Amino acid sequence: MSVIDPAAPIMPAPTPRWQDSSFKWLAWGAAMMVVVLIVLVGWELYHGAHLAIARYGIKFFGSTDWDPVNEQFGALPFIFGTLVSSLVALIVAVPLGVATALFLTDLAPIKLRQPIVTVIELLAAVPSVIFGLWGIFFLIPWLREHLFVWLKHTLGFLPLFKGPIYGVSMLAAGLIVAIMILPIITSISREILRSVPGLQREAAYALGATRWEVTKIAVLSYARRGIFGAAILGLGRALGETMAVTMVIGNRPEISASLFAPGYTLASVIANEFAEATSDIYLNALFELGLVLLAVTVLINIIAQLMLRAMGGAIKVH
Amino acid sequence: MPPQTPTRSTPDSSGPINLASSQEEIAFDIKGFNLWYGAHQALHEIDIQIPARKVTAIIGPSGCGKSTFLRALNRLHELTPGTRLNGNLRLFGDDLYSAHVEPAVVRRRVGMVFQKSNPFPTLSIGENVLVGLRLNGIRDSSVLQERLEYSLRMAALWDEVKDVLKRPGVSLSGGQQQRLCIARALAVQPEVLLMDEPCSALDPIATAKIEELIQVLRSKYTVVIVTHNMQQASRCSDRTAFFYLGRLIEYGETRSLFMNPSNPQTEAYVSGRFG
Amino acid sequence: MAEILAVHSTFAPTAAQQAWRRWYSRGVSVLLSLCALLVMAPLFLVVWFLISKGASALDWNFFTQLPKPSGEPGGGMANAIVGTFVLLGMAGIIGVPLGVMGGVYLAEYASPRMNRFIRFSADVLNGVPSIVWGMVAYAMLVVPFKGYSAYAGGVALGLMMIPLVIRTTEEVLVLVPQSYREAALALGISQWKVIVIIVLRTALAGIITGVLVALARVAGETAPLLFTALGNNFWAHSLSQPISAMPLQIFNYAISPYEDWHRQAWAGALVLMAIILTLNLVVRFMSRDRTRR
Repeated sequence: MSVIDPAAPIMPAPTPRWQDSSFKWLAWGAAMMVVVLIVLVGWELYHGAHLAIARYGIKFFGSTDWDPVNEQFGALPFIFGTLVSSLVALIVAVPLGVATALFLTDLAPIKLRQPIVTVIELLAAVPSVIFGLWGIFFLIPWLREHLFVWLKHTLGFLPLFKGPIYGVSMLAAGLIVAIMILPIITSISREILRSVPGLQREAAYALGATRWEVTKIAVLSYARRGIFGAAILGLGRALGETMAVTMVIGNRPEISASLFAPGYTLASVIANEFAEATSDIYLNALFELGLVLLAVTVLINIIAQLMLRAMGGAIKVH
Repeated sequence: MPPQTPTRSTPDSSGPINLASSQEEIAFDIKGFNLWYGAHQALHEIDIQIPARKVTAIIGPSGCGKSTFLRALNRLHELTPGTRLNGNLRLFGDDLYSAHVEPAVVRRRVGMVFQKSNPFPTLSIGENVLVGLRLNGIRDSSVLQERLEYSLRMAALWDEVKDVLKRPGVSLSGGQQQRLCIARALAVQPEVLLMDEPCSALDPIATAKIEELIQVLRSKYTVVIVTHNMQQASRCSDRTAFFYLGRLIEYGETRSLFMNPSNPQTEAYVSGRFG
Repeated sequence: MAEILAVHSTFAPTAAQQAWRRWYSRGVSVLLSLCALLVMAPLFLVVWFLISKGASALDWNFFTQLPKPSGEPGGGMANAIVGTFVLLGMAGIIGVPLGVMGGVYLAEYASPRMNRFIRFSADVLNGVPSIVWGMVAYAMLVVPFKGYSAYAGGVALGLMMIPLVIRTTEEVLVLVPQSYREAALALGISQWKVIVIIVLRTALAGIITGVLVALARVAGETAPLLFTALGNNFWAHSLSQPISAMPLQIFNYAISPYEDWHRQAWAGALVLMAIILTLNLVVRFMSRDRTRR
């Protein structure tokens, strides 16, 4: 062979082991940031709220007064508003989302599937503030002039639909949040429906069931737990929605039975009043509201994650 | 007919298996080698001496530990968490497992080629060959160029790729990719080349080329090749070791092991009765 | 024989039952299709509004001028556009290194238990409302330094990015075949170099995609900025001053009583949506490219 082979070894000394360990520790540190952040968030909120916690104690959660001037702070209207608007969002979004997921997995022709999925993914990309903008200038007027009027006309005997119509309302907030959580509910429901083993469907067909009977018997009952998990995850998202809600809910800290009434959520009051909070106790009260929001959201999310993980690890959740 | 080198087979090890010829240099001197994956013992009391600059084949049915053994020779089993071992493993007299020896150093001396060729997809042909050198700090372009040409020639690939060195490594055919991986391994000047079923994913023509290559390589390198193809073992190797259930059953000159195995299990395997 | 057939027929559905079940099935199909349409409608409505109301307000002034004082017509969002990019840059500086390295730890080093624990924690963090991140950044950076700043806004957004990027990075690194790591280690290359120069480089497209997705998410966030970056009607001359950002400006304009500002809010929303859409399209393009080979 006429090739030069430099027989003398050319390899330099090996890289010292400390380089490998340092890199590993750097990576470890970055990963542990996640734990650090959880602790940090909890601590900063608690610390920011400690004056209010000390002064108001448990009464904070039962009081409906929100009077910064006289330093009377109560969380109840906001907790109420958050829960009601989120519940409305769930009631609207879960059936629609599951129905759409069923449509996509069982009914839609293959060519239509990708475009529809793309539309739904784009929906998820629209920022909250743009939904809010659209809410102010399109949704609210339309609700005020059409849907709410119709609802009052047909269902006005229910306390839910009594009272004056302003447009800005709990119902409006619920509807807009529903639009915003539809993508996640649809996508998780789709994955769950897809994970139902084909054998279940085949067995049902073999018994002579029609297409939707098959779905009801074989698919939905199997997927029930997962869809419930998707709903809980949607709830977690709904609880934290801030901007779109602030722009359409009316921002009045009141508790009312009517869905047409304006309301206020934990996130909205923080968004509106934080930068204007004049006194320490005011700021602390807002921090305490944030702490409540954090606690509820984290709890709901943990429940949702556990439920979805129990259905098998393949469900992607972001 | 030349005198047959006597071989001794041990069902369980009671002493090292010696090569008759004392002029042969020993590459790997292994005594009492055991390896565990967690609670499961994968290798039992392996005693073997692998000669330098010869081809040693390792055969045996699936799960017999031959790949595990091969990986222990360059400490690659350490990638799997929970592995433990004991025993003595020396390369040209150096204890490869002593506390102050870095695995990276061992792996530069003992190169490896894998079952499925795996050129790095983001690198070109030339970059693939040189990556071991570059990432170990060699910058001198004349040295790099020399090594590039040498490694590709040794791997019988130079003429085919010398004009297209900038093309991606993965653009070559399967057989060429495997030869590229061989060149890549050779570039870092190993003393030993381990080959883990290198032809199992290749067609017969590509396989033949690599078998030719192995004959050329043994003039400079010690080659240890794991194969499930007994014809390949008998064609290519000087010595063959038969593993079964994590034990070294028989080891000796290839011709005598295949034609006249001492151990009944060896005989059963090489005659195709199981495996 | 006749008895067997007789038994059979008592369980067979009648013609009427069959017909009803078919109609029911058809009805459900129609209902589901309507639901799908209903779900898609908001996107088309929003896009329609963005284009019809926003495009007309887009002009050269919009991109180059500062906001005019309350109610005066004219002016633009130049500072908000720049501010958004500045904040995204700062968020990236925090979110990308920590997120990618965290993903590296999960994929390359962590034991299965540690892996599950950190992934779970990251998923929990992903569910924290964005306004809470604003409150944390306020407590950490606005209070001690006695002022709103771009730093605070960038940190709020950056912290939000970390759990997102950790997850996307880990998902991509796990897809890199183990044989590349083995082959690289077998060449005697030290482990950290194997990870950085071989594994990360192989997975680079996926990592970039994950980062872009996180940036697109964070670009539209308003709540964390409300009391950190605060907003600014002028150019911020340093990062320790409040800074404007598009979502902030859109919000302020939208809730104001001025027609002209409403117009500009739509324009701003159109531009913001265009930025986010572009990021998403780049992500799609990069993801599709690999499967073609």
